[in-house]
Amino acid sequence: MLSSPPKLYVDNVCMTFKTATGVFEALVPVTLSIPSGRFVSLIGPSGCGKSTIFNIIAGLLEPTAGKVLIDGVDATGTIGRVGYMLQKDLLLPWRSVLDNVILGMEIQGVPLREARERALSLLQRYGLSGFEYLYPSTLSGGMRQRAALLRTLLFDTDIILLDEPFGALDAQTKLQMQEWLMQLWSDFGKTVLFVTHDVEEAIYLSDEVHVMGTRPGCILESILIMLPRPRVRTSSLTPEFIAIKEHCLNLLTASAPALPEAA
Amino acid sequence: MSKANSATLASASPQYRNWLQRNRRDQIFVRVTQLAVLLVLLILWEVLPKAQIINPLFTSYPSMLWPTFLELLTATPQQASILSHTLSTVVATVIGFAAAMVLGTTIAATLWWWNSLYKVLDPYLVVANAMPKTAFVPIFYIWLGATLSIYGMSLAISLFVTILMIYSGFQSIDPNKIKLAQSFGASKGQILRKVVLPGSVPTLIATLKVNAGLSLVGVVVGEFQSANLGLGYLIQYGSQIFKMNIVMTAVTILAIVSSVMYLAISWLEAVVMRRR
Repeated sequence: MLSSPPKLYVDNVCMTFKTATGVFEALVPVTLSIPSGRFVSLIGPSGCGKSTIFNIIAGLLEPTAGKVLIDGVDATGTIGRVGYMLQKDLLLPWRSVLDNVILGMEIQGVPLREARERALSLLQRYGLSGFEYLYPSTLSGGMRQRAALLRTLLFDTDIILLDEPFGALDAQTKLQMQEWLMQLWSDFGKTVLFVTHDVEEAIYLSDEVHVMGTRPGCILESILIMLPRPRVRTSSLTPEFIAIKEHCLNLLTASAPALPEAA
Repeated sequence: MSKANSATLASASPQYRNWLQRNRRDQIFVRVTQLAVLLVLLILWEVLPKAQIINPLFTSYPSMLWPTFLELLTATPQQASILSHTLSTVVATVIGFAAAMVLGTTIAATLWWWNSLYKVLDPYLVVANAMPKTAFVPIFYIWLGATLSIYGMSLAISLFVTILMIYSGFQSIDPNKIKLAQSFGASKGQILRKVVLPGSVPTLIATLKVNAGLSLVGVVVGEFQSANLGLGYLIQYGSQIFKMNIVMTAVTILAIVSSVMYLAISWLEAVVMRRR
């Protein structure tokens, strides 16, 4: 196990931005080692550079220093090696759900007919049957998020980056979507890197949680979640879960700059 | 509202039925008022000159429009039929704004592609758009000749506003949508074809609405100078021989042409936007 390189290795990645007022340090050396098939979460206050890490892993941003290795091979600045789901669902309103989810394949040059065939079976299996030919404007938030996630999945990369996919959903829908995501993850065995603000969500879903600090963005602590799988809702009531949650919250409040209580 | 046509609404609540009825009454009221405004204007136009309150020599009468139209329908050796005049104007307008749309979109896409080109050309475009294009009518006549100068005018008057509107439409596409396409490895051409252009369809339609009117202005003004065919020419001719009947008939046809173009574009908009 240890001899094979990790699926994703973020090697001492730094990021500084030049701004009008000087140099802004977004990330000081961040190192992440993620084995294949893991579900890993990043939690941290806003502005801790979570999205910057994602942009770097996705190849959309060149880090100031450091490397991104996928399967041990340098993939720094290489686009198209990971599936990236941005915060908003970003469904194109002029395309049906079906034509939205094949966007990645279409851009990669997969023939339309083949792409649609592949997408149809997935849409039907994962809760979007009957919605294939509807336009996104007619869908609920949860359904739109499902479509956006399936679009990322259909891009067919081993690694998937999810940037707060359920941030805008109501609590009830969020719980449903978490179960749905767990189903997808265990069916497809992808390596998932998940950003969230929700500590409980991070612990519930993940094998490992990285707690990030801000100014500059860094990883404060990495916590392995040894809770048994498949997880059930009641596991969030166990002492272990509560202990981890408390620990994470302490790390976050300690690192957060003094904010007015109202926030 | 009678009880007869409420049969289909039997299942609806009385409040909802009331609301529907009120809604419908409001709609009818608006339509009736619109027609009334038109009717009042026409009556004033007919009555005021007849009562010698204004000089009929300057205004003609609405009652003269139809007889004048019938009279102008038959071509004479000196004068083409009014239908030929109308057709000529409509064709030049449609060609003008179609060319402006195609050329304008192409140029806007080029500017989107090379942002530095946009930075260089920006002040020129703004000034070119602000210039009164009609000042170029005589110049176009000399450069392009009688027929082409009309098409040229129709294009020139709508081209710059097209470029500016469509370019700003391209700029307003959600950058995250572009980022999404990039994360899938899209080339710049793919981003243009799959995200930017289809996302700009509402802008294209808004531009079309502006252009249809502008191109018509360009054509009519062009025809004042250089044509022996077209409604602009007919207006010019009628005013020179002081026959307001001819002028007013031509102007009325222009109003009808504008309305038809507006309706056609609204229909296109409804068809395109239904899917969003």
